[in-house]
Amino acid sequence: MIIKCPYCGPRDVIEYTYQGDATRTRPDAASTDQNLWNAYIYDRTNPAKSHREFWLHSGGCRQHLIVTRDMSTHMISSVAFSRDNKNVGDQR
Amino acid sequence: MADLQSPLGAAYTPGNHGNAAGGAGVTLQERTNVSLVQVTAWSSTIPTVLTAIGSATGVIIQNKPGNGRVAGEKSVFGFAPGRFMVTSATPDIEQRLRAAISPELGTIVVLTHGRTVIRVSGSRVEWVLAKLFAIDFSAHAFPVGAGRATLHHDIHTLIQRINEETFDLYVFRTFARSFWKTLGHAAEEVGYRVE
Repeated sequence: MIIKCPYCGPRDVIEYTYQGDATRTRPDAASTDQNLWNAYIYDRTNPAKSHREFWLHSGGCRQHLIVTRDMSTHMISSVAFSRDNKNVGDQR
Repeated sequence: MADLQSPLGAAYTPGNHGNAAGGAGVTLQERTNVSLVQVTAWSSTIPTVLTAIGSATGVIIQNKPGNGRVAGEKSVFGFAPGRFMVTSATPDIEQRLRAAISPELGTIVVLTHGRTVIRVSGSRVEWVLAKLFAIDFSAHAFPVGAGRATLHHDIHTLIQRINEETFDLYVFRTFARSFWKTLGHAAEEVGYRVE
């Protein structure tokens, strides 16, 4: 799989580290709702379609990225610096 | 100041190695007595820091991914957003950069003791390096002066193209001997000279 880093250009997946689901929204830090925190930490929908993910270009510019990838075909539709794209939660 | 001891040790064996037919395809050399300084700008100060690097070194580069330039014994290249490697054979480069770049503009980290610089040159240099790194070394994709950050077997490496047939590789000092041996094996096919 090739991921096109916004800074370094196309690089093999071996240079990247997967850092998790980028569709989650962190609950309010003051929340004591255990079901909410449980869902945030453990629940994953694993959709067989387009998905937002955090990746770290650990073997290149070391920037955190948001990659939109089709989980069934591995086709990547967009890559952007995560600092420019504040996570807005589940967009599926 | 005491001279730095090379981490390559006994693995650095001057002479010709590998395939002797057709002469040496590449020449390997450890660059010593070169000061390495990493400059990192804050996200809002990148153009100002580039100007400051220019005033401290006389080498001006553009704020574009991987942009860089080589000017005599000095070189500057970017390898991440707002992050630049500045090298010089004169050790006062650190003081000049510190005078030009305040903490409000960015940070300065001296890496002279933390990196080993290996210069690879010769007509087969692109061929040899392409065995190790999964990036495009052709001149149109990797122009003279440009820098790249990439991996070889989990050894992070910065690469700058010095001229058409020369690249400088910046590897972690503690991994340098292992990398040097691997580089030698990769170059055996075309024959290599260690200077």
